[in-house]
Order: sequence, then structure tokens, then C-alpha cells
Amino acid sequence: MSRNLILGAALSSLVVLAALLSFVWTPYDHAALNIPAKLQTPGAQHWFGTDHFGRDMFSMIMVGARTSIAVALLAVGIGMSLGVPLGLTAAARKGSWLDELIMRGNDLVFAFPSLVIAILITAVFGAGAVNAIIAIGIFNIPVFARITRGAALSLWEREFIMAARVAGKGAARISAEHILPNVANLLIVQGTIQFSLGILAEAGLSYVGLGAQPPTPSWGRMLADAQTMVSFAPHLALIPGVAIILTVLGLNLMGDGLRDLLDPRIRVART
Amino acid sequence: MKWIGKQGLVSGLALSALLLAGAASAKDDITIAMQLEPPHLDPTSAAAQAIDSVVYVNIFEGLTRFMGDGSIVPALAESWEISDDGTVYTFNLHDGVTFHDGTTMDAEDVKFSLDRARAEDSANAQKALFAGIDSVDVVDPQTVKVTLKEPDGNFLFNMAWGDAVIVAPESIENIKTAPVGTGPYTLGEWVQGDKIVLNRNPGYWGDQPALAQATFKFISDPTAAFAAVMAEDVDVFTGFPAPENLPQFEADPRFQVLVGSTEGETILSTNNKQPPFDNIKVRQAMAHAIDRQAIIDGAMFGYGTPIGSHFAPHNPAYVDLTGNSAFDPDKARALLAEAGFPDGFETTLHLPPPSYARRGGEIIAAQLAAVGIKAEITNVEWAQWLETVFKGKNFGLTIVSHTEPMDIGIYARPDYYFQYDNPAFQELMTTLNSTTDPDKRTELLQQAQRIISEDYVNGYLFQLAALSVAKAGVRGLWANAPTAATDLAAISWAE
Repeated sequence: MSRNLILGAALSSLVVLAALLSFVWTPYDHAALNIPAKLQTPGAQHWFGTDHFGRDMFSMIMVGARTSIAVALLAVGIGMSLGVPLGLTAAARKGSWLDELIMRGNDLVFAFPSLVIAILITAVFGAGAVNAIIAIGIFNIPVFARITRGAALSLWEREFIMAARVAGKGAARISAEHILPNVANLLIVQGTIQFSLGILAEAGLSYVGLGAQPPTPSWGRMLADAQTMVSFAPHLALIPGVAIILTVLGLNLMGDGLRDLLDPRIRVART
Repeated sequence: MKWIGKQGLVSGLALSALLLAGAASAKDDITIAMQLEPPHLDPTSAAAQAIDSVVYVNIFEGLTRFMGDGSIVPALAESWEISDDGTVYTFNLHDGVTFHDGTTMDAEDVKFSLDRARAEDSANAQKALFAGIDSVDVVDPQTVKVTLKEPDGNFLFNMAWGDAVIVAPESIENIKTAPVGTGPYTLGEWVQGDKIVLNRNPGYWGDQPALAQATFKFISDPTAAFAAVMAEDVDVFTGFPAPENLPQFEADPRFQVLVGSTEGETILSTNNKQPPFDNIKVRQAMAHAIDRQAIIDGAMFGYGTPIGSHFAPHNPAYVDLTGNSAFDPDKARALLAEAGFPDGFETTLHLPPPSYARRGGEIIAAQLAAVGIKAEITNVEWAQWLETVFKGKNFGLTIVSHTEPMDIGIYARPDYYFQYDNPAFQELMTTLNSTTDPDKRTELLQQAQRIISEDYVNGYLFQLAALSVAKAGVRGLWANAPTAATDLAAISWAE
């Protein structure tokens, strides 16, 4: 196991643990306003200080982690559950009109800058966590479809697939029983990377006010709220900013580490 | 420093002499920033305050005008006589007034402007200002007679509004992009999305203003607004959007901060037709659930004056009715139970972009939640707010600042977006409009404030403060905002 993987896994699990812990315990009620106690700097009473409404920043970061993870996880889930079957189908019907349709459709979605379209989707259908999940999820579909098709195509040329075909198995069965298990490693690696991108996208949408709506805390909105106060209360921007950086960094390191560990091509090249 | 030769010393002296000369001749241009860009430049066909902020008393003038202290003084009308029964106003116009295109301003233009504003198909946003006019007659080129249907104590005040400025028939077609008025400034250049430049009008009928040129810059983002002032890119920012930054400007000797009053009653507007808000007990419960001071401190960083009705505290007829809706969550819960909602209810809260609404909304949602009312927040842009809330009346609660002066009359309009329908109040407003006796008017206005306060029509939060930041050397800025305006002729630089 590489150092990257250990560091990445440690950072990621820290965030996940904070999010899980927030269900049962936070130092304060994350939504409780206490205006007289506003804008306190980090200290013994409030570890990360308080925001402009006197809310406890540490509690908000913990619950914000929950929002980020939930949105990113569900978005990746949508991308995988739709993208992988599409990729498998395209590979199984390589060169057919179905393959063309799926892949050109992918190109179409890919052609748009994802965050801009996510903003468009949430602007049309209304701001909120659910629409953010759908918007980010849609852009994960072609990513997974492409990577699945690419990996599956080379597998279709392999002898054991030929053997399965000779044995009379249909394309759907082969895809499910032989292709999918062999591309799973790749998907896990890509899933981790997409998960970190999802967290970033959620923060971006919340920053422009299109993510989870108040009072649900969100790191991106915490950043946006802090903007005009950076000059006299820098911790308001620094803390959610660092939280986003560490989470994305952790997930990326973990993704890289997993790729080193799991990707058969790299593993072969190394030995 | 021996190494400086004679020549160096001489040129050094020359340089400082030059610098001194530069400082001695006072600066005669200014850059004024504000948040919103006007959609166009015709104050007589739109409600947008941003239009008046640029053109009022700079490009366009009316018969009368507002001063910075809220008083009404003569403008294009030099003087006037009012008939004994209070229905005929005879205005004597100033001599030698010309429009920017060189044409003469006379009684015909006044008749044209007023008739245009009150016409059936008029696009004027404040047609009610002209509703009392029966006829406008030209007596001679310098005299115009306005006959009212009945006496109206507000008429001279009405004529001071930006919606009542005098325009010329010759230039009316392109007024939205090429406004031609009688004011001390003419339109120089409009770079859409960036700035509007006004130049001094050498042919102005009154005194020549101190500033030769003024540039209006439009900066909507609060963070960018802060940066622009700090970097001294702008000389003045009126309606500064981030109250949290003002202490920093106050502590900085380069700047002055002006805190004044506006006509903006900031309210938790309530859809009176939508259940459960049609129940007065529910509205009263909400009023007691709200802690105004927490909203002023949390959303506006302390800038704002609590109000208990829809009326400006600096108005002489104001009565303090904040006691009707003192912060008392227990009473709120009891009232909700009485109204049949012991466990509260769910509703929506639409929040337009200004921080008084967005931040105030988060605080109010938390305060309502404490008594069991779950208000789901939806942040909306202004266009969406106008469509859904103001025109569509499809909302439960919203937060907005009503910035028109003396606008308590909106409560007499049952089709107005918060849909308050009280015949007694409507009758009171009719009586008020036909009353000219000042004492009687004050009494009626106080009665009106009490009725809507005791009916808990809306949640009355606070009077919006006028917040401006300027370089220390700027003189003559309006601290208060009795109407949307930037009175350039009053502004100068300290010597």
C-alpha cells in the first residue's frame, strides 16, 4: 500500500466519521442562532469560532460534511447506475447504431462545461439539494459509460469471453457475469475521483446559492456567506475552504492509491 | 544629501510647485457607485429606483422637488397660488428654462407631461399620483393651471416625485436611451453593464453646479463593492450593500460613512388570502415570534430602526407601535394553539437577493421554527420574485423593503400582492386623500398605522438605513434618502 493511499484514506475517513458522528452528536445545535455571540474567533468554547449569526462553526462543518457527502455519493450513484449499463451495452453492440447513439449522446453531454449546465438545471428546476444531486449525477453518466465501454471492448477480444460465447451465453449474460467483474476495479477508482469532483461541484453550486438551502449547512454556502467578512473574520472563509481542500485532496490521493493497487495494467507494468 | 546638485534642487522645487498647483484647483469630477444599473433612463415609465438614482434632479426636474432633508421646494415652478377651496393650483414657471436640446420649456410641456402621465394608456408606475387631476390648462407660456377633482393635501408632494418630472414632446420617442430634460446635467455616455457619464449643462437655468462631470458605476456584488471603495476606484458608494464592512471604513481616515434614514419599511410580507394567514391569530402569533433586534443586529449589523407598523419613524405623524408585537415566544405558541395550530404549520419563505432579506430570512426562519412554524426558504432573483410573489401572489411569506415614500396607501388596495382587504381602512384612506388640514391628516395617518398594526397584516421589522461610504473630501452628499436620488448639484470636493 502506498503512502498516498494511507494518507488519502485517513483524510477521507476523518471526513466521513465527522459526518456520521454529526447524526448523533455535535458540540452545539448547528442551526441555533445566537446573535450576541456572533463572529467569535476559534477558542476553547467554540473550537472553530462562530459565524455572523453566532452559530457554532465546528458543528456546521460537521453537518456540512454530511451534506457534501450525501450529495456527492448520490450523484456518483446515479452516474454509475446509469453509466455502467450504458457502457456495457455499447461495448456488447460495438459498431452498431445503438453503440453510436449511446456514445454520441455521451459526447453531447461531455461537450458542455459541467458546472455551467448544473447551474442551468438547478436554475430551471429550482435550487435545492435534490436538484443539485440530479444535476451533478447527469454529468457522471458519460464518465462511467465511457470508461466502462473502453475497458469492456478489450475484454470482448479475450479468449475467456470467446469461450463464454461458444458456450452459448448471450451478450447480456456475458456482460453481467464476465465483463462487469473485470471492470469493477476501474470503476471503484473512477468512483473515488468522481466522488471528490462531486464534493467540489456541490460546493460550487451552494456557493452560487443553488445547492442545499438554508438552514441545512453547506460548505460552499459558508464560503459565500463569509465573502464580505474575510477582512475582519478570516476564519469564516478559511475553515470551510480548508475543509473542502482536505476532503478533495484526501479523495484524490485515495483514488490514485487505489488505482496503483487495483488497476491490472499498472500492476503488471510495475512488477 | 550633498549629491543632489543645483539643477536637481531646482527641478525638485518646480515639481513640488506643480504638485501644489494641482492640489489647489479643486477636483471637479466624481465617480459614484451604486448596486443596480437602471433598465433605461425614463423615470416616468418604470418603478425602478435605479433610474431616479441617476436622473432625478440631475437630468430631469419637476414642478417641485425633494431636498435631502425630505422637504418639498419649488423647482421648475417658481411659485404657485392655491385657490381657496384647495382645488386649483396655478403654477408660475421659471423664465428662460430650456431643455438640453435647446427647445424652450413652457406651460405646453407641463400640460403634455401631466396629461401623458395620467392618460388611460400611460406607462407611469405611480399613476395614483395623478389620479386626482381633473384638467391641466395652459394660461400663458409661463403659467399653467391644474384643477383637481377634490382638495388634495399631498398634491405638491406628489409633483416632486421622479415619476412627475417634466418631459418634452419633441424628445419623448427616445427618452429611454437619450433622455432630454431641463436639469443641470446632460447624458454624456452610457456603457451598458458598466457606467453612465453625466456632463454639466452649460445652459442650465439655475446656478452652475461645482462638478463638471459625474460617472455612475454599477457594482452589484457586495465583495466587489468593498474592494472598489477600499482601492479608491470609486469616490462614493451610495446604498452600500454590506453593512458588516462599514466599521472598517469608519476606522479609516480616508473615508467617511453616512448613516441616514430611508423610506424603506422592511416587512415580513404575508399572503393575507392564503390559509392559515387569513387567520389574524396566526399573524399575531408570528409577530410575537419575531425578535426584531436580533434581525437588525444579525442581518444589518445594527443598522436599522425597529418599526411596529408600515410607517417611517422620522415622519412627524409616526406612532411607535412596536409594543403591539413585542418578542414573546410563549404568547406566540399560545396564540397558535388558540388558532388551531398547536403543533405549528409549514409554509414558504421567498427571499430576494439583498442581505436584509437573505440574512433576515434565515434568522426569521429560525425564530418561527422555535414556535413550531416551519418556513421553507427559497432564495429567488428579483425577476423571479416579481413574477411569483408580486404578480403571481403565489407565496406564503417573503421579506422585502417598501421604499416608496408615504406608501401606507398600498394597504387600501385589496389586489396588492399581500392582499389585505379591510373596507374600514380603505374608507380611511379615501378620507385622508381628501383632507388638507395638517392636524386632521396626522390624526388619520396615526389611525391608519394603528389599524394595520393591530390587524397584524404583515410582520413589521425595521426601517432600512441609508448607508453610504465616500472619500473624506466629498461634501454635500445626502445622508437620508427621502426619495431615490443622487443630487449632484449639491456635491463638491473640499478645498
